[in-house]
Amino acid sequence: MSDIAERAKKALGKKATYGPDVDLEKYDVEAKPHEEIQRLEEVPEDVRKAALNVGVSLEKEVGGAYIQMDQTPVVARSSTEGIEVLDIATALKKYDGLKDYWWKLVPVDQDKYTADVALHPPAGYFLRAKSGAKTIFPLKSCLYLGQTNLNQRVHNIIIAEEGSELHVITGCTTPSHVQKGLHIGVSEFFIKKGAHVSFTMIHSWGREVDVRPRTGIYMEEGATLSNNYICLTPAKTLQTYPKAILDGPGAVASFNTVLYAKEGHLDTGSEIVLRAPRCSADSITRAVSVGGEIITRGKMVGEVPDVKAHLECVGLILSEKGRIDSIPELDGRCGGLDMSHEAAVGKISELELEYLMARGLTKDQATGVIVRGFLDVEIKGLPESLRDELRKITQLQELHGGS
Amino acid sequence: MEVFGLLEIEDLHVSIGGRMVLKGINLKIDRGENHALFGPNGCGKTTLLNTIAGVPRYVVESGRILFKGKDITHLPMDERARMGIGIAFQSPPAIRGLKLKDLIKLCNPEAKPEKVLMEMNFLEFADREVNRGFSGGEIKRSEMAQLLAQRPELVMLDEPDSGVDLENIKLIGRAINKLTEKDTKPSKRTRSGIIITHFGHILDYISVDKAHVMMEGTIVCTGSPREILEQIKTRGYEGCVRCLCPT
Repeated sequence: MSDIAERAKKALGKKATYGPDVDLEKYDVEAKPHEEIQRLEEVPEDVRKAALNVGVSLEKEVGGAYIQMDQTPVVARSSTEGIEVLDIATALKKYDGLKDYWWKLVPVDQDKYTADVALHPPAGYFLRAKSGAKTIFPLKSCLYLGQTNLNQRVHNIIIAEEGSELHVITGCTTPSHVQKGLHIGVSEFFIKKGAHVSFTMIHSWGREVDVRPRTGIYMEEGATLSNNYICLTPAKTLQTYPKAILDGPGAVASFNTVLYAKEGHLDTGSEIVLRAPRCSADSITRAVSVGGEIITRGKMVGEVPDVKAHLECVGLILSEKGRIDSIPELDGRCGGLDMSHEAAVGKISELELEYLMARGLTKDQATGVIVRGFLDVEIKGLPESLRDELRKITQLQELHGGS
Repeated sequence: MEVFGLLEIEDLHVSIGGRMVLKGINLKIDRGENHALFGPNGCGKTTLLNTIAGVPRYVVESGRILFKGKDITHLPMDERARMGIGIAFQSPPAIRGLKLKDLIKLCNPEAKPEKVLMEMNFLEFADREVNRGFSGGEIKRSEMAQLLAQRPELVMLDEPDSGVDLENIKLIGRAINKLTEKDTKPSKRTRSGIIITHFGHILDYISVDKAHVMMEGTIVCTGSPREILEQIKTRGYEGCVRCLCPT
């Protein structure tokens, strides 16, 4: 048995640090296979629709695409020179088990979820931008959980070689008829010297879906990352806590999170470790609860002098019920660094409501306008086309006030 | 002929946070008329405008407000706005993520944001978040652009000239004249205005039909705008009231 499998076995019963415990036994492991799709136009209508709902439009220009239905990769292709898109099983074969990358950032024995992914046949994507290559149009991927009560396991590897530029948008979603399911997604990012990555993840789950992403990010000298996470529809429980290590001088990471919870439990956050001089990181979260429970954790660790970090979490609770628990942590481990945080949880300002009502908007319309504006985070480092699509997502969703 | 004025206020008493601020206001504004409100700080001018607009903090204790003959005393502010009442606020809040051009669209879906912004020489602010980092004068131009889109029948302006440089005062004056239809024949005018001003600079550029002086929550004097402003300038509010108003 491999070392990975051995460590995974030992961790099978290990509960996660955060988030309610999920009983893995309750979910089906056998996924119905799907056939490979030759052309993007042949993607089934319901998958296409669900993908569109999470900002993954397959109609427009695509630099590459990966689509996974349940456990089957049905599309994996690149149309950009120097950009590789493979399903992970193929990549493992092609690159001799991806020894330098596979389970190098996310510990396989982190908890029972990582262990569960490791002990089953892998599905997921392998994205690699070769040295100096650039995506003109973003890579689009959709992880589609279409089979009720399935345990969908995903393991992704993303590599931006030196001086490359990679823009990825990933939508994870269930069609409206699937209420129950589990999604465990392991993602490992390697952003090498001077490379730039924008990675945008949009989640749209069913009410009874448990979600446990596990993400590790490694950044070398002068690397930049814009990491965006958007979840506007309810999930039963969702817990994610990506960890990024800025290991080379001048690496810059920017995390943006937009959350809207009508019900359910969202426990999100990130840990960013600044390990080399002139690194900087900021993490901005906007959260709206209209009855759901949101926990936002943010941790910045400064290990050397001459680094900068800023955490920000602003939350609105628009209903009587609902909870937003903001937990910022700053861990400065030496002198000569600069770290700050800012957090606020409250309600919509009466003055803003009245201002819009004086222009003829009803209270509900005014609330919607203010909430949409609040969630419209100005995300740095995104190509214009992606920015537009993202804006559409926040405008699309029916966002209601508490009343 | 209409029996009612566009706006009629009868014996209006208004409190804020339990303190009585307006103590028996009577005011009638006919269609096509533009009125100016003068008075020292704290006399209740802003309270009067906000009460007419329906801002909930301003509690009507007695009296009533009629607009186009309908009692609007207890109507929510958005309904009043849709009936045709518009207001330019003195210090409106910034709204995160809402662009000025989008707010103008919300004021009136048929309006062309570029056109009204151009009229206010404010086009470069179209994509800016509403009121965020705006200077005092910029806020005034933003408010006027919104009202030009909204086209209310009664336009209420709270110090439209404060913090505005001379060049832009002209622009604002022109917009006020347009909103109150001073650019059309008197017999065709159906829209009206109320303007609060401290210094009267704006009066050099707009046409005002009547002026009122407010003191301690009541209107103590009504008359010709020029005459009243002259008295206030030379004798102060107290002197003005004693001289001009035997009532």
